[in-house]
Amino acid sequence: MEKLLNEFSIGLFFWQALIFLCLVFLLKKFAWKPILDSVNNREEGIKDALESAENAKREMQNLQADNQKLLKEARAEREAMLKDARDIKNKMVEDAKEDARTEAGKLIAQAQASIQSEKKAAIAELKNQVANLSIEIAEKVVREELSNKDKQIQLVESMLGEATLN
Amino acid sequence: MEIPSIVGAGLIVIGAGIGIGRIGGSAMDAIARQPEATGKIQTAMLIAAALIEGIGFAALFAG
Amino acid sequence: MRRKISLKPITLLLLLITFVSFGQEGHGNGEEKTDIKTEVKEYIQHHLQDSYDFSLTSYTNEAGEHKYVGFPLPVILWDNGLKVFSSSKFHHGEAVAEVAGNFYKIHHAKIYKVADAHGEIIEDAEHHATNEMPLDFSITKNVTMIMMVFLIMFFMFKRMASSYKKNGNMPKGTGRLLEPIVLYVRDEIAKPNIGEKHYKRYMSYLLTVFFFVWIVNLFGLTPIGMNVTNNIAVTFCLAIITYLITTFSGNKNYWKHIFWMPGVPWPMKIVLAPIELLGTFIKPFALMIRLYANITAGHIVMMSIIGMMFVFNNWIGSSLSFLLAFVLGVLELLVAALQAYIFTVLSALYFGMAVEEHDEAH
Repeated sequence: MEKLLNEFSIGLFFWQALIFLCLVFLLKKFAWKPILDSVNNREEGIKDALESAENAKREMQNLQADNQKLLKEARAEREAMLKDARDIKNKMVEDAKEDARTEAGKLIAQAQASIQSEKKAAIAELKNQVANLSIEIAEKVVREELSNKDKQIQLVESMLGEATLN
Repeated sequence: MEIPSIVGAGLIVIGAGIGIGRIGGSAMDAIARQPEATGKIQTAMLIAAALIEGIGFAALFAG
Repeated sequence: MRRKISLKPITLLLLLITFVSFGQEGHGNGEEKTDIKTEVKEYIQHHLQDSYDFSLTSYTNEAGEHKYVGFPLPVILWDNGLKVFSSSKFHHGEAVAEVAGNFYKIHHAKIYKVADAHGEIIEDAEHHATNEMPLDFSITKNVTMIMMVFLIMFFMFKRMASSYKKNGNMPKGTGRLLEPIVLYVRDEIAKPNIGEKHYKRYMSYLLTVFFFVWIVNLFGLTPIGMNVTNNIAVTFCLAIITYLITTFSGNKNYWKHIFWMPGVPWPMKIVLAPIELLGTFIKPFALMIRLYANITAGHIVMMSIIGMMFVFNNWIGSSLSFLLAFVLGVLELLVAALQAYIFTVLSALYFGMAVEEHDEAH
């Protein structure tokens, strides 16, 4: 301890303190502040750049996701539209078929009805004609009969040959 | 009988030596266990060793 | 990696020059073996002391005269008025200097006032000079060195700063080498020890003290032979600045931890208060002693081993000593950086304690 006190030099302390404090303040002003500021700026710049790159990437991803979504939606819409169209088409065809069928049914029914009535009319007419014919034949037969037997038969036969049923 | 101060100095050196040796040894163990924390361990080791050394010097020069 | 490689040859060269120049000293009158021992001892003693002239080396010529290579420095004394004169008046401590009717003499590397031209130093029983000592503000060898380091650091870092400006926030030249170190001080020393919030205020001091101690230590290893940090005044100055900064930036929490330690019973608080208070003085004291003692011890051991080369004066002993001195030189290079690092780390740690805000850790 005594040795240390003995060695202590006030002059050296004075100069060291003066020079060192000057050094601290001068370097602070001319070196450390600009250096650290520059380094800070650089680091901030790098950080910003990284961040913006990250942001851009995220945005890109978002965009892509959006696109994907839009595409999907469009596809779904198309699908829906197609389905609608198909449904409508089917329905129309179905309706048409139904219409046709009912129409046809109606026509057929009408036709049948008219056929039936025609038939009835025809049968009625036939009946009438047959009845007339029969009466005619019977008239002639009766007439012939009355004259000649052979001639009567000849007459019936010729009459029958003539009287083809229209 | 007066004990010469050099004996005290010797005792101080022994004590400080043991202390710093233990710190160094423990730091080696720690580094072996966790090599990835080498930097932190070294810093802590140096600080602890420096503190013991400081006390040692203080005692040496005060004596 | 590139930095390391390019530094190696320079350091080797410096070390070699160191050995050679230290060697010359002892070689001067190396005829008698017993004389060499005392001479080595004296040389070491001399080397560790500050001096009033800037002598790089000295030798004894054939006529037996002691010749010094170097130049004198101004002596500034306050002795009933400012007295400035050249240290050449002392003739390297061999003569009494007369300035304006006063006589001064160098005794054990200090200037004493003596009565007359004979320069008698009156000593008391314990061999302490009792002569009056004038206040000494001389530009000594160490002060010169401090000034040199001041200039070197100022221009080096100023250039580094301006290279950032010119080069778009990128360093150039020496800045590329220094930037990682500056960033190391910021990221590994200041930030973890002081904390993200407050570290900026202390960066200037930490960076300055780190580079100052480091450069000064490195210069101490060169053959110029100036070891500023083995002066207690220098380390005291650095330590007291750390102490003052710590004390003035101490917040409420810091003082509370000293005078009224939270979390312990009250009788312990009373016991702890003086211990903690003493601790605040011991911390910078240890800081001061550590740097001083490490550098001084390093120099003593280094030079003793170099001196052994000339004491042995044979092939085996001398080459072994050389090898040992070489290894030690490399170790001293490490110590030079390590002491700067430790000084800075501990300063940062103390600042960190002073500004710490939460109560849990202390």
